[in-house]
Amino acid sequence: MNGQAAHRAIDAVWRIESAKLIARLATMVRDVGLAEDLAQDALVIALERWPETGIPDNPGAWLMTTAKRRAIDLLRRNKLRDRKYEEYGRGCALYTEDDITAESGEIGDELLRLIFATCHPSLSREARVALTLRLLGGLTTEEIARAYLVPEPTVAQRIVRAKKTLAAARERFGTPDGRALEERLSSVLEVVYLMFNEGYSATAGSDWMRPTLCREALRLGRMLAEAAPREPEVHGLVALMEIQSSRFKTRVGPSGEPILLMDQNRALWDRLLIRRGLAALERARGLGRPLGPYALQAAIAACHAQALTPEDTDWARIAALYEALSRTAPSPVVELNRAVAIAMAFGPAFGLQIVDGLADEPAMRGYYLLPSVRGDLLAKLGRMEEAKEAFERAASLTQNQREQTLMRRRAAECAAQAATGGPTSSN
Amino acid sequence: MRFMMIVKGTSDSEAGVMPSEELVSAMQRYNAELAKAGVLIAADGLHATSSGIRISYPEPGAKPKITDGPFTEAKEIIAGFTIIEVGSREEALEWALRMPDPHGFGEGQIELRQIFDMSDLTQDPETLAKEKALREQLEGPRRP
Repeated sequence: MNGQAAHRAIDAVWRIESAKLIARLATMVRDVGLAEDLAQDALVIALERWPETGIPDNPGAWLMTTAKRRAIDLLRRNKLRDRKYEEYGRGCALYTEDDITAESGEIGDELLRLIFATCHPSLSREARVALTLRLLGGLTTEEIARAYLVPEPTVAQRIVRAKKTLAAARERFGTPDGRALEERLSSVLEVVYLMFNEGYSATAGSDWMRPTLCREALRLGRMLAEAAPREPEVHGLVALMEIQSSRFKTRVGPSGEPILLMDQNRALWDRLLIRRGLAALERARGLGRPLGPYALQAAIAACHAQALTPEDTDWARIAALYEALSRTAPSPVVELNRAVAIAMAFGPAFGLQIVDGLADEPAMRGYYLLPSVRGDLLAKLGRMEEAKEAFERAASLTQNQREQTLMRRRAAECAAQAATGGPTSSN
Repeated sequence: MRFMMIVKGTSDSEAGVMPSEELVSAMQRYNAELAKAGVLIAADGLHATSSGIRISYPEPGAKPKITDGPFTEAKEIIAGFTIIEVGSREEALEWALRMPDPHGFGEGQIELRQIFDMSDLTQDPETLAKEKALREQLEGPRRP
């Protein structure tokens, strides 16, 4: 094995083993930062030795043994130091040798504890994402920086600070239960979905790290589904990400322009991911609890995924799902989506009623999609003069050039039709 | 990137001999490992080729030829497959190396193949053009 090939192979082992390694070490030493340092030490030793000796048969166990040995060395050194400074009453060991040699628990539980720590509420969102990618995804600081288009030192600093915050919080590295579990889990799901959206909504730039974010979020989601199989929202989020990923190839055109769901080439949707998404949704439903916001959004995505053509879309069902969603997670944006579904299912007049009800929402002020949807519904009703005004308003509210162009074009079309009194365009 | 780990058939798998309990549980453990790591996409085993059907096109433009199984070239036969999604070719190889010897008596063979993904290649203008043509071809006449 030449040096470069060996390093690539070791990288691969690291990607597979690092999360498990850090999770297990963190259980032993009860400090996420220290656990990562120990794991990194083991990696450094592997990078020195393996190119000579070849990769051992069970590299995970090798890394674990090496890291444990380092943990014990550190403990003994600290003990010596502590004895020396005893008069200052300093330092007490966080962990003991018994902790290091103790029988290890279920790896799923350990991974879950680790992700609960990296998504700890005391950390900023950016820090949670960076730490999770680093400790559970095995990504380097450089890779994370590339994915988020920020300088590497910024990410490095975020990670260092996050580890300090966690250590200072002195929270026991444990699994919360009951109400606390629910809150912590929702923080974890939020981080995973943020990560996914960051990669998914990046239509600009062809940086190879952006799809990596989607893939990493999906992998974390799938991992969580194994570690916490009794949590419906975990399966709901996995379902949502699987189904959204199935449209990855079709949602942007060759020159980077976004292609709307209804205009996408459904033949290119990834059937395997759709199938996985539907299966995950079934698992969420099978747990027999009311569907949460992620599962409901997944159910809506599933309706689109199951329609072979745009005309086959079950809009009445989508409208009902949006209604359920607006009950569990009320927001004007959900209402606007419900209006679109209602209009598709029962006619534009019904949709317009809801849209007009949203006009005074403070959150909707300056939101270009509100007048855009309104314009669309008015045009369908043949009220061209009002539709034109709505599209013009929408154009004035967005900074995005593509959206502006589209809104102006639609305004012009409405103006032309208002002048001739011609029929409404079907597209 | 997605990879398919193809488990090749053997004289036993072709004869319909069921794998040992030990091997079955080793495979289950392995699949659970893949799932826990979040890399498992799909895994399935196939019936012996005695119930398979082969469709071939020996003459261009002519009707296909249908042949019933069994097929004889055991090394060319697929007994099962596992699809994984990983970050690199090396990672796929590392996972493939961890799969238990699928038969355990000297005939075991796993083939690792990357699954073609258009989005891997979208930087290349030639590929983009091809994809566009394919898209138009697949779209065909839209339903009214």
